[in-house]
Amino acid sequence: MTEIGTLHYLVVAAALFIIGTIGVLTRRNVVIILMSIELILNAVNLNLVAFSRLYGLHGQVFAIFVITDAAAEAAVGLGIIIAFFRNKETVNVDEVDLLKW
Amino acid sequence: MIPVATTFFFYFLAVLAIGSAIAVITQRNPVHAALALIVTLLALAGFYLMLYAPFVAGVQIVLYAGGIMVLFLFVIMLVNLEQNIREYQFNKQWLVGTIVALALGGLLLFVYRTGRGTFPTVFYQGYRGLEGDNTQQIGLALYGQYMLPFEIASLLLLVAIVGAVVMAKKRI
Repeated sequence: MTEIGTLHYLVVAAALFIIGTIGVLTRRNVVIILMSIELILNAVNLNLVAFSRLYGLHGQVFAIFVITDAAAEAAVGLGIIIAFFRNKETVNVDEVDLLKW
Repeated sequence: MIPVATTFFFYFLAVLAIGSAIAVITQRNPVHAALALIVTLLALAGFYLMLYAPFVAGVQIVLYAGGIMVLFLFVIMLVNLEQNIREYQFNKQWLVGTIVALALGGLLLFVYRTGRGTFPTVFYQGYRGLEGDNTQQIGLALYGQYMLPFEIASLLLLVAIVGAVVMAKKRI
């Protein structure tokens, strides 16, 4: 077995990113789509922290900023879900067609 | 450089993270998906510890697994998902979407394979010295070099709080 290098972490992060992308593209439930976005953000965070081992502390500071953004995004997104569910009584994204013509 | 990352723990956490991430996007019940996502987040916190980033690992557990996931579970309880669980879970473009995403993953792996020689093999100077005062170093960076982004982030959080209240309120 080889020693665990930066590349190993990058491959794990890429796998998480692709799984999150598949979730966003294929699921109908909007709550699960938001969870997939969290997966994508976490994959980016893993990349940042893995590179901070090579280039200094900046990657970790940026990871904290990404976590802040994820919190803001989750709060607003879940508020939108609640407002949407109140109007349409569903959480399926393909029934969100108010702005379609 | 002595690696704290033993090979066993790396592969254990990798299998845990990727397996529960797959569970997140395949589970029918959103509560199960949220619980699987918590397992992924905890595995990632383990990765951060292995990468000598204890502060980010703590923030990951407290803020992500403790804060954001509780918010998710609250919303899952608030919206009535009984009907949704019985419906078809994937949309009509699921095959195309999966193929495109996997192609993107193949592209990423190809880039890593061809470009892996360009990474520096030596770790950042004094990186091991940070394991004692990692939190202090991050605090100094946040309040020194990253002062303006820090303030912008606080403004963003304020806007997000107001926006979430306005969105979720019945009548304004």
